[in-house]
Amino acid sequence: MTDATTNPATLAPERPVWRIMRDFRKNPLAMVGLAMLLVIVTAALLAPWITPQDPYDLRSLSIMDSRLAPGEVGFSGISFWLGTDGQGRDMFSAILYGLRISLMVGVIACTTAMILGLTLGLVAAYFGGRIDTLVMRLVDLHLSFPPILVALILLAVLGRGLENIIFALIIVQWATFARMARATALSERGREYVEAAQSLGLSRSRILFGHLLPNCLPPLMVLYTVEIASAIALEATLSFLGVGLPATQPSLGLLISNGFQFVMSGQYWISVFPGVALLLLIVAINLVGDRLRDVLNPRNIT
Amino acid sequence: MVYVIRRLLQAVFLALVMSFLVFTGIFAVGNPVDILISPEATQAERVLLIAQLGLDRPFHEQYLIFLGNVLQGDFGNSFVYNRPALGLILERMPATLELAFAAIMIAVVLGIPLGVYAGLRPGTLGSQTVMAGSILGFSVPNFWQAIMLIMVFSVMLGWFPVSGRGEVGEFLGIRSSLFTLNGLQHIALPAINLAIGHLALVIRLARSGTREVQSQDFIRFARAKGLTEPRIVIVHLLRNILIPIVTLVGMSFGGLIAFAVVTESIFAWPGMGKLIIDSIRQLDRPVVVAYLIVIVVIFIILNLLVDLLYSLIDPRIRLDGAKQ
Repeated sequence: MTDATTNPATLAPERPVWRIMRDFRKNPLAMVGLAMLLVIVTAALLAPWITPQDPYDLRSLSIMDSRLAPGEVGFSGISFWLGTDGQGRDMFSAILYGLRISLMVGVIACTTAMILGLTLGLVAAYFGGRIDTLVMRLVDLHLSFPPILVALILLAVLGRGLENIIFALIIVQWATFARMARATALSERGREYVEAAQSLGLSRSRILFGHLLPNCLPPLMVLYTVEIASAIALEATLSFLGVGLPATQPSLGLLISNGFQFVMSGQYWISVFPGVALLLLIVAINLVGDRLRDVLNPRNIT
Repeated sequence: MVYVIRRLLQAVFLALVMSFLVFTGIFAVGNPVDILISPEATQAERVLLIAQLGLDRPFHEQYLIFLGNVLQGDFGNSFVYNRPALGLILERMPATLELAFAAIMIAVVLGIPLGVYAGLRPGTLGSQTVMAGSILGFSVPNFWQAIMLIMVFSVMLGWFPVSGRGEVGEFLGIRSSLFTLNGLQHIALPAINLAIGHLALVIRLARSGTREVQSQDFIRFARAKGLTEPRIVIVHLLRNILIPIVTLVGMSFGGLIAFAVVTESIFAWPGMGKLIIDSIRQLDRPVVVAYLIVIVVIFIILNLLVDLLYSLIDPRIRLDGAKQ
């Protein structure tokens, strides 16, 4: 018993994980979402090896192939399943490369925001008093402005760029994590295991990160999943508006933006297919997140 | 009364902090001299101009001068239009407010009936379609929805114009494109685009409210009394689900103005949102600063109003605030 409480990592090894996986599988829609997500992520990671051309190697592009409709065979003999853009770039390849950038930005920003928010939330909940008031005031203030506005203000000041948009996304998202971490930690703080750890004379940081943290993780994992989707959507929106990523980092938002001018002349595929990819990615993440929420919360198991 | 004053002071303090942050950010980012002075200017001319612009003074002095000008409504002239930045923004504001208003109307007028229907008939095909549609409304990124709307309704079907504001009519002294047919055609797609996210939200609120209220005693009593179904729904049910929806609509107005940035850019709607995006791209700094301050002030006022309304409706909130 003492062993289990002092080190939650060894608490019933493997079994909760198996239970979660078993419960997760019960919902077919969530499994579809998970499968979609795995396919998208794998395809994005393997992009350089599975795409028919390197979309940003200018030597492999031919202006003769520009704006071909989906399914047409190009000048150089490649068939373009999703058509080509104004520079003769294969849309399928461009989308997979775009997915890499979108995913990378979303995951890096969201992970950093979670670490930051989690730390602040835990510290606020554990120490209470002035620190708590200060952090939570900041969070309340932050959440009273819509995310897109905060990001827009930051990018207007900082300018476009990969680091800048990641920074903006972190600033937009940390408060959500901090609020959730604090709420969870507050309800966990009164539990026996924290008292036990305190009476053992463990250091505050050890109780915070060794004991409180692991027990606060499940609801935060759900939030993390969902927030990745919203980070990706926000990045796409900002890049589409031309204030996000620079043209050298063509994420899905930029691809859609580039195709927008061709929509008017009926060449829908340049804008529509990157959008479909973005939509599938977001829906897949949300499906998985929704199911995780049900599975990780024991009260919700049906 | 003490509460109101406290909140007002907080709001003023917040506006000051935000102005400081925006100014510091702009100050740190780069030297406007490079944009304002031609590269052929001699060193002496540069020094003279820098002194004229006040850029040689220390940071805190520059900030105080800036603050003084801002309080007099002077944000400097736009680099692009060469007109006062604040005037440019205020001129564009009616178009944005009109769009946000149209979007809220769409969300409420369509959202409440659909949500009530889904709540009254759960499990039917119609109800499930509505709910699936609302999930899709949440997931589809706003800007992509806009492109799809343009593609289907403007390019393929040709029902609506692609962009612009159209004719503006006047009614009771208010100028708005809601009063002309041409204007209505122009506003339809952008308003729908801006409304979709909120429509989904209103549907969900109306549905959950309906399901909750439906099983309560007064509805059962109304049924037992033999009232007709329309009367039960309209008189008894609707009144009890409206409060959270009205709250949401009030609170989300600011969000709509912020999100109008996306819609306006795509549909070339001549509002504040399009202006800020264009200005960011053209490095038109006075307009960017003026917009940021104006929108922050709008938000602070909206939040203040919502808080004050809350404390009127629910006195407990006031007590909690006073305790801290």
